[in-house]
Amino acid sequence: MSTAQLAATCKQVRRDIINMTANAGSGHPGGSLSAVELMVSVFDRMRIDAKKPHDENRDRFVLSKGHSAPCYYAVLAHHGFIDRAEYANFRQLHSILQGHPDAKKIPGIDASTGSLGQGCSIAVGMALGAKHRGMSDVKVYTLLGDGEMQEGQIWEACMAAAHYKLDNLTVIVDNNGLQIDGRNDEVMSLGDLAAKMRAFGFEVFELADGHDLDAIAAALDAAVPAGKPKCIIAHTVKGKGVSFMENQVGWHGKAPNEEQRAQALKELEG
Amino acid sequence: MEKIATREAYGKALVELGAQDARVVVLDADLAGATQTKIFKAAYPDRFYNAGIAEANMVNMAAGLSTMGLVPFCSSFAMFAAGRAYEQIRNSVAYPRFNVKVCATHAGVSVGEDGGSHQCIEDIALMRAIPGMTVIVPADANEARAATFALAEFEGPAYMRLARLATPVFEGDMVKPFELGKANVLREGKDVAVFACGLMVSEALEAAKILAADGIDAAVINIHTIKPIDSECVMKYAKQCGHVVTVEEHSTIGGLGDAVADVLMGKVNCSFKKIGVEDRFGQSGKAADVLREYGLTADQIAENIKASLS
Ligand SMILES: Cc1ncc(C[n+]2csc(CCOP(=O)(O)OP(=O)(O)O)c2C)c(N)n1
Repeated sequence: MSTAQLAATCKQVRRDIINMTANAGSGHPGGSLSAVELMVSVFDRMRIDAKKPHDENRDRFVLSKGHSAPCYYAVLAHHGFIDRAEYANFRQLHSILQGHPDAKKIPGIDASTGSLGQGCSIAVGMALGAKHRGMSDVKVYTLLGDGEMQEGQIWEACMAAAHYKLDNLTVIVDNNGLQIDGRNDEVMSLGDLAAKMRAFGFEVFELADGHDLDAIAAALDAAVPAGKPKCIIAHTVKGKGVSFMENQVGWHGKAPNEEQRAQALKELEG
Repeated sequence: MEKIATREAYGKALVELGAQDARVVVLDADLAGATQTKIFKAAYPDRFYNAGIAEANMVNMAAGLSTMGLVPFCSSFAMFAAGRAYEQIRNSVAYPRFNVKVCATHAGVSVGEDGGSHQCIEDIALMRAIPGMTVIVPADANEARAATFALAEFEGPAYMRLARLATPVFEGDMVKPFELGKANVLREGKDVAVFACGLMVSEALEAAKILAADGIDAAVINIHTIKPIDSECVMKYAKQCGHVVTVEEHSTIGGLGDAVADVLMGKVNCSFKKIGVEDRFGQSGKAADVLREYGLTADQIAENIKASLS
């Protein structure tokens, strides 16, 4: 898709995030909004088909930061995996749109996540499985939060990715600088993340603007040396696109009320 | 009588399984020698993945591998598989119902010298509490082999509990076919129904012989599948005998005893006695001495059963 088309999709995804969380009266708008361009761009590249959601040769995506489910669902809906009518049921009893992604409930979701720190390992297993079976076309993507990287298991996964030479794996960090209790740097600083990922054996691409679709495309499409997993550290803005949510830690896990919904949707008209 | 550890039978069975099922891959976390997955590694080096000392990552890599059409068996000690990686098993394997087999060795106090830090007595409780989880505890080497094959056939998340200690391999009449979820009656009896699992099955059989000499006719039932439990068999023998005893090398909190009690509670009128590790940690010692310290030898079990009947 063209950059303009992708930008339009991003706007739609943002409106969907606002509507889903407002409808439910709960959910995670902040970390959903920061991830929009990243997820939209990844899905634009993935070889997937809603008519064949279990096709063995499809690319895989693991939303390690599972709380960004509203963004994920909106992107999946855009690709025909979810009917938009389901949005009304987000976080409701018996809904396929669980608060955090449930692989049992939606074909197209490759792993159940929500407990932070685990998705990267699952993606490593998928990439290893693709290598094991000689499925050389299969690419595996996973999206992590920067706060999530405080989990020790992430580093176990990174070590394994390099050890098993998983050049079919792309680890993307939605580096919005905020978590729940405050700024990452206050809560538990990650230090020089790019240097750490390099030291762990990744080919690192750092994006100053993690909402720049062309920059994201370039990083996603960039070749890596054989045997090296890729890491894209995208500097993003938590709550991006909704003025009163941007860079506000308080919008991590709080839904907009009706007034706020209206204002947000107005800002996201397009 | 020949003695073989269930972990060794598991390691050997993996090789046999590997020969006939190309989907099988094996993971370990730097304990391949102890868990015996090294046997598979030697036979199929390119189907063995070491996760390093990183059990959480091992379990989730297995989850990922399972989504690629492979059947991963992953092993570590019970303490680190069911314990350290509990939540990974819960959330990334069982919740999505992925086809991962967690086969943990060195369960129970029979680990011996390594002591309490390495003697997992809570794994059955942890694993059976997870919705939809299959939990297996083979009683001897043959059963461990059969269970390994059965797990490969079975589609879904499962936990198998294996032991370090070499224990008697059942012979003759005691050798029964293994069917997931189907208990094996090893000895008929009318006075007391003894339900046991793992290493305690052979102890329970010995205990039954001692009891027989005292005129007590004990039925001994091997509950190799803790979950889903063979309720029919449990009900039948509880009714038939009116007295129930469970024996396990596990905490009496949440293990086999509770699984059997859950079947019977409010349904069958019977006396009930749980024999196991009673809210204590394990400790170092020779396996036989440790088992004795915790009241898990045949003569102690017989005494305990006799006392519960009077
Ligand atoms: C293991 C685990 N611990 C805690 C939480 C609760 N939690 C949900 S989101 C979050 C903060 C995540 O921060 P970050 O990864 O930076 O995500 P983002 O800011 O992009 O939303 C926490 C602590 C969790 N879901 N899982």
